[in-house]
Amino acid sequence: MKIIVCIKQVPNTNEVKLDPIKGTLIRDGVPSIMNPDDKAGLEAALTLKERYGGEVNVVSMGPPQADAVLREAMAMGADKAYLVTDRAFGGADTLATSTTLAAAVKKMEYDLIITGRQAIDGDTAQVGPQLAEHLNIPNVSYAEKIDLDGKTLVVQRQYEDRYHTVRVQMPCLLTALGEMNKPRYMTPGGIFDAYRKREVTIVTRADLDVEDEKIGLKGSPTRVVQSFPKSLKAAGVKEAALEPEEAANFIMEKLKEKFIF
Amino acid sequence: MDFTLSKEHEMARTLFRDFALNEVKPVAKEVDETEEFPAANVEKMQKLGFLGIPMPKEYGGQGCDTLAYAICVEELSKVCATTGVIVSAHTSLCAEPILKNGTEEQRRKFLVPLSNGQKLGAFGLTEPNAGTDAAGQQTKAVLDGDSYILNGSKIFITNGKEADIYVIFAMTDKSKGTRGISAFIVEKGTPGFTFGTKEKKMGIRGSATYELIFTDCRIPKENLLGAEGKGFGIAMSTLDGGRIGIAAQALGIAAGALESTIAYVRERKQFGQAISKFQNTQFEIADMATKVEAARLLVYKAAMAKDSQKRFSVEAAMAKLYASEVAMEVTTKAVQLHGGYGYTREYEVERMMRDAKITEIYEGTSEVQRMVISASLL
Ligand SMILES: Cc1cc2nc3c(=O)[nH]c(=O)nc-3n(C[C@H](O)[C@H](O)[C@H](O)COP(=O)(O)OP(=O)(O)OC[C@H]3O[C@@H](n4cnc5c(N)ncnc54)[C@H](O)[C@@H]3O)c2cc1C
Repeated sequence: MKIIVCIKQVPNTNEVKLDPIKGTLIRDGVPSIMNPDDKAGLEAALTLKERYGGEVNVVSMGPPQADAVLREAMAMGADKAYLVTDRAFGGADTLATSTTLAAAVKKMEYDLIITGRQAIDGDTAQVGPQLAEHLNIPNVSYAEKIDLDGKTLVVQRQYEDRYHTVRVQMPCLLTALGEMNKPRYMTPGGIFDAYRKREVTIVTRADLDVEDEKIGLKGSPTRVVQSFPKSLKAAGVKEAALEPEEAANFIMEKLKEKFIF
Repeated sequence: MDFTLSKEHEMARTLFRDFALNEVKPVAKEVDETEEFPAANVEKMQKLGFLGIPMPKEYGGQGCDTLAYAICVEELSKVCATTGVIVSAHTSLCAEPILKNGTEEQRRKFLVPLSNGQKLGAFGLTEPNAGTDAAGQQTKAVLDGDSYILNGSKIFITNGKEADIYVIFAMTDKSKGTRGISAFIVEKGTPGFTFGTKEKKMGIRGSATYELIFTDCRIPKENLLGAEGKGFGIAMSTLDGGRIGIAAQALGIAAGALESTIAYVRERKQFGQAISKFQNTQFEIADMATKVEAARLLVYKAAMAKDSQKRFSVEAAMAKLYASEVAMEVTTKAVQLHGGYGYTREYEVERMMRDAKITEIYEGTSEVQRMVISASLL
């Protein structure tokens, strides 16, 4: 099985503070880490490789420093590493990011792509599903258990109060939950080899078949108005006994109450 | 001259720190109180390659270097000095002399399982009457056909009983003095090799410190390490390397106590403010941090000297002397800055102060380090 894992380098948000006046993240001096959901996705991929054989390659889009998370991935056991980096990709929102990643991934072989559910610096959970759309492959989000059954995958997908077992044809994309496993440690020798013996392949604008209007700042329709820390919300209301029509009306009422509709 | 660590050393530190915080720190207090060898964590470290960090890959090691190994011992010792010395004694005192002095056959048979984590190692030089004066070995080894017969005993042996492979020193020819000492590799389970009492210690209480007893213990002739009569030289050069490990352990203890104390003085309030607001606290923290950093530079310098195949005995002696005395001083100040709470077992600085003391004693007391350093100057 050929697996591609998309990983992002993020500031360790446990150590990030929010500028109370500007509402932006203060990133200075904050250590960078591999996004936790992506790390779980990498662990899941490495486990699949151990069980069924194959190859685990990692891709990251980001500035040159993102090299570090790719080395880390190799020190954990990933085979090949690709860094998609270019000034032309700068300022990308989730759409431009997924477009760029899709263009990069199209040049590689894969049966399965794993991304994290979401990145802790943006919390959008959009890039994975968007990537699947660009590649025209099925997507199963929130995977917490993955098994191979012949040519299909059987995926346990987490929901708030239950899980779904989904059978999905490969090639496909899964988004991984940080809670799904405990990622393995690197090994000291793996770290030394990652830096001294192995390479990160650089993928630039020139290597990709994609329109200028769809990448970087130009390809990004999203504008961030404000960033704020997550606040705890009250538990939701459960209305399990409603008929479909009643349920629809119930939801519409609630939306109107909150002026959303 | 560049004092920045390479990216691989920085990433290795991240690994060792994560492991120390996630796996070792949560059990450190219990290991101290129960005096139980932290076998589960040793097994985890064996699987992750922490027991073969500077050993070549061809012998099952990780193919890193002494500096990475020192950083590992430092990070482990920041949270648990017991765990630090287990790695140090195994790597520096058992695997290293086999790498340096072993035949190809001995390396295959003993170094590979030591480096890849299948087996744990120890080193037995000290005897009841041969401590600082290690030349006074009374354990005897007599060649008898295809084997040597060992008789005598060793005390204070780190990783005793837990280890599978022991590098042991014994007299093969008493008339030759230090030139009559030879080194041997002895496996646990060899008939005639048993364990005596386990020491009850002030600190590093989870580290197993045992007496080794040899009674007509017959070991194959092939287990002679290096030539007959070369044992004393092997012991001394092994301890040169070992001192880097112990210096790193001392550095870790000091750095751990400093970290703990910084967190504590920011929280603890007296006279309506955090005690970190008192100038005395600030100056003590400044001195502690400066000494920790100076110790770190000496430790890394010694490790790098060893890695570049230079002579490093004096560097290692200075690193061990300074780092161990800094460990004692910094942990004592750490307890002082914690006040009464620091004297209770609730706070880890209490354990750290007890753990620090041994670093001034084993692998050559501070007095011995001063002898090594001054001998190179005078
Ligand atoms: C917890 C622990 C673990 C140990 N692990 C090991 C191990 O794994 N393997 C091993 O072989 N040994 C081990 N040792 C032994 C350790 O290395 C010795 O205890 C140490 O070398 C000191 O020897 P000693 O205890 O006999 O003290 P002594 O040699 O009796 O020293 C007593 C005091 O006299 C001083 N002194 C001695 N000679 C002189 C001199 N010429 N000039 C000035 N001062 C002098 C010493 O510095 C010291 O202060 C361990 C010891 C302990 C406590």
